[in-house]
Amino acid sequence: MPEIIFQIAIIVTKIVILTFMVVLPLVPLSVYFERRFSAIIQDRVGPNRVGIPLTLLGFKKDFHFFGLIQPIADGLKLFLKEDFTPNHVRKAFYWMAPALTVVPALITVCVVPFGSPISIFGHSEKLVIADLDIGPLFIFSVASLSVYGITLAGWSSNSKFPFIGGVRSTAQMISYEIALGLSIIPVLMYYGDLNLSTIVQQQADHGWLLLPLWKNGHLGLPDLNTALFWFPAAIAFLIFTISIFAETNRMPFDLPECETELVGGYHTEYSSMKFAMFFMGEYAAMVIGSALIITLFLGGWSIGFGLDAWVSDLHIGDIYFGGLIHMGCFLTKLLAFILFFILVRWTVPRFRYDQLMKLGWVVFFEAALINVFLAALIVAAPQLKSVIITSGAVLLLIVTAAVIWVAKVSEDTTKVLRA
Amino acid sequence: MAIVKLQRPKLNFGEKIYFGALIKGFFLTMSHAIKTLRGKSVGAESLASSGLGITMQFPEQRWDEHMPEYYRGAPALVTDEQGRERCVSCQLCEFICPPKAIKITPSEIPSDDPWAKVEKRPLEFDIDMIRCIYCGMCEEVCPEQAIYLRKDYLITGLKRADMVHDKKKLYEIGGTRVGLVNKWNELK
Amino acid sequence: MPSYLFWILSALMLMGGGAVIAFRNPVSSALSVVACFVGLAGLFIGLSAFFVGVIQILVYTGAVMVLFVFIIMLLDLKDEEKAAKPLLPIAAGVVLFVVFTVQLIGVLSRSPNKIAPDLSAKTLVLAANSFPPTSKIATTLSQGKLPDVHLIGHTLFTQNNLQLQILGVLLLVATIGVVVLSKRQAD
Repeated sequence: MPEIIFQIAIIVTKIVILTFMVVLPLVPLSVYFERRFSAIIQDRVGPNRVGIPLTLLGFKKDFHFFGLIQPIADGLKLFLKEDFTPNHVRKAFYWMAPALTVVPALITVCVVPFGSPISIFGHSEKLVIADLDIGPLFIFSVASLSVYGITLAGWSSNSKFPFIGGVRSTAQMISYEIALGLSIIPVLMYYGDLNLSTIVQQQADHGWLLLPLWKNGHLGLPDLNTALFWFPAAIAFLIFTISIFAETNRMPFDLPECETELVGGYHTEYSSMKFAMFFMGEYAAMVIGSALIITLFLGGWSIGFGLDAWVSDLHIGDIYFGGLIHMGCFLTKLLAFILFFILVRWTVPRFRYDQLMKLGWVVFFEAALINVFLAALIVAAPQLKSVIITSGAVLLLIVTAAVIWVAKVSEDTTKVLRA
Repeated sequence: MAIVKLQRPKLNFGEKIYFGALIKGFFLTMSHAIKTLRGKSVGAESLASSGLGITMQFPEQRWDEHMPEYYRGAPALVTDEQGRERCVSCQLCEFICPPKAIKITPSEIPSDDPWAKVEKRPLEFDIDMIRCIYCGMCEEVCPEQAIYLRKDYLITGLKRADMVHDKKKLYEIGGTRVGLVNKWNELK
Repeated sequence: MPSYLFWILSALMLMGGGAVIAFRNPVSSALSVVACFVGLAGLFIGLSAFFVGVIQILVYTGAVMVLFVFIIMLLDLKDEEKAAKPLLPIAAGVVLFVVFTVQLIGVLSRSPNKIAPDLSAKTLVLAANSFPPTSKIATTLSQGKLPDVHLIGHTLFTQNNLQLQILGVLLLVATIGVVVLSKRQAD
């Protein structure tokens, strides 16, 4: 019995620390970064004032922290606002929708590996809440539930703009889920495993998927097969990253809530903390999306360059704390990727809706499929005869050319066709 | 008139694939970000920036010494070099004022006053600064050069009543102005 | 799976299923189906079939039901909510229910009462012997873990390869058919 209580205590500690003390604070932090980064891109300053108001207590200077307290002030403002429910909404769904967007985003945290195992007094503990053997699939499936929140918000608001936002978001998320799922198949084929911890461990040992420059702790050029696999991996990375942008409704694909057309999109009728929950869900999805990209393509918690084994071995007495350093590395990468997300938002203009759909169905879907073939060919090449490899390559070229030709022909004749 | 058909520019493959433009865009935004952090944004110097972008950080840094000559701030009444109120309560400014911000209560100058020949001066002169739009029409219309737009721009108050500038406040802002109108002087 | 989890998830499923026909509002019904599917996925995961459970959520809850909700939302629901309950469909439903129950009881009573082998580490290690010793499946099994994704893949691509390919062609034909039907020439 004490064993079970100990296990439960560990799980609860992990949930509290990783979900509520690491990922959840990242949400307001990324909002702050969004505002500051967009400001400096536009030659402005951004929120740099909110801090500890020491002047109120008679001191000479305030303590600003570069405005890092701003998110708390924002949250406080949202809490204190009037929580207004319009008369024309469908109440039950209207109340359910914000929760349905936040909860899936936070559930997906549980399979993300934050660091290498920490070991205290001979008891080793992985820095992941649930070490499932189907990591990426779990994230996809749970993340796909968050579309219900947006759809229901649009429908239950019972007014035009939210409804159009909800419809747009549904169509968009379903379209891009296909590209998302297909694009990581090459990655999963390469690792032969669906467990995210194992995937990261392999990357730590043999080089990151997009940076295979070391092997077994030694720097060095990769062998031919690994080097060749870099190309499908890069294509997969590109498709996956862009699809994540679409999936999290971020610019340049934020059609469901584009201000210029739909006021606020699906959350037009929401106010106060309910609106804040949509906001939180969106940013949490962004954090999880970046975490997944980093885990699959950029080495997860791995520091790289053959240093990981040495870091994992760092210890004082019986406490191996290398996992914490790895966690720091992971969070650094995560922040860097979030900054990239923000940079994209303030650089790339919004797509038109038909362009978005075309990109998803005509470009990414086919590209991901062809990429699967290419990756399969490269992965299987060492075990095949050269005749089979050659015929496979020729077949691949023909299929690619055919797809490009079909895409081109259908593009030229769109005017004749009825929608 | 002949119809000139404009040919839409044909995009080549590189332009169609959109990626080069994307990378160019990243470089553009990043260069702005870096320039901002270094305080070297375009126009930062002439706008007296704080060293972060082109923004002047307000309470610490003030616009005051960079204010142009023609700046139109709060309207105010002025006295001449002998301490006489220049305003003769003709009420032209009250009538011209587009937002009806000015309210004048005229009064006669008693006969024992040294300026008795001026005949009138305002008993009360209120400018509602919530209504004022800083257009400068009062200044333009004033035949006595009595009302001027000064460079004061920080007009704040905790209640509406605070925002109404009465005569005392207006003379405090305006101060003395020398010359220009001499017809009421003893010399004449 | 602890038995209380089975009861909770089954109750969730039954409640969802009941709510589908109890609600007058089609969106509520669709969401009840979602609850039912989530319960089903929970049951699969409880049986160590992680892959099937997750795919259940990914495909049915995350895609199929979203499309259902999508379509329902575009309809005008006013009439649907007010509609009276005609007797004939209810009677037909009851008949269907009875027929299905009888069939289920018939099938269950005839099938041998086979108890599934316990998924303990011991049985898993023993099962590893039936696969090539260096394969991923064998190594995972000998560690005492169930490589359910690999096993499903193995079964699909060795024993049922032909059916899988036929299914794939069928889906392709359906997809192309939809595209052709929806993109007919204007004239």
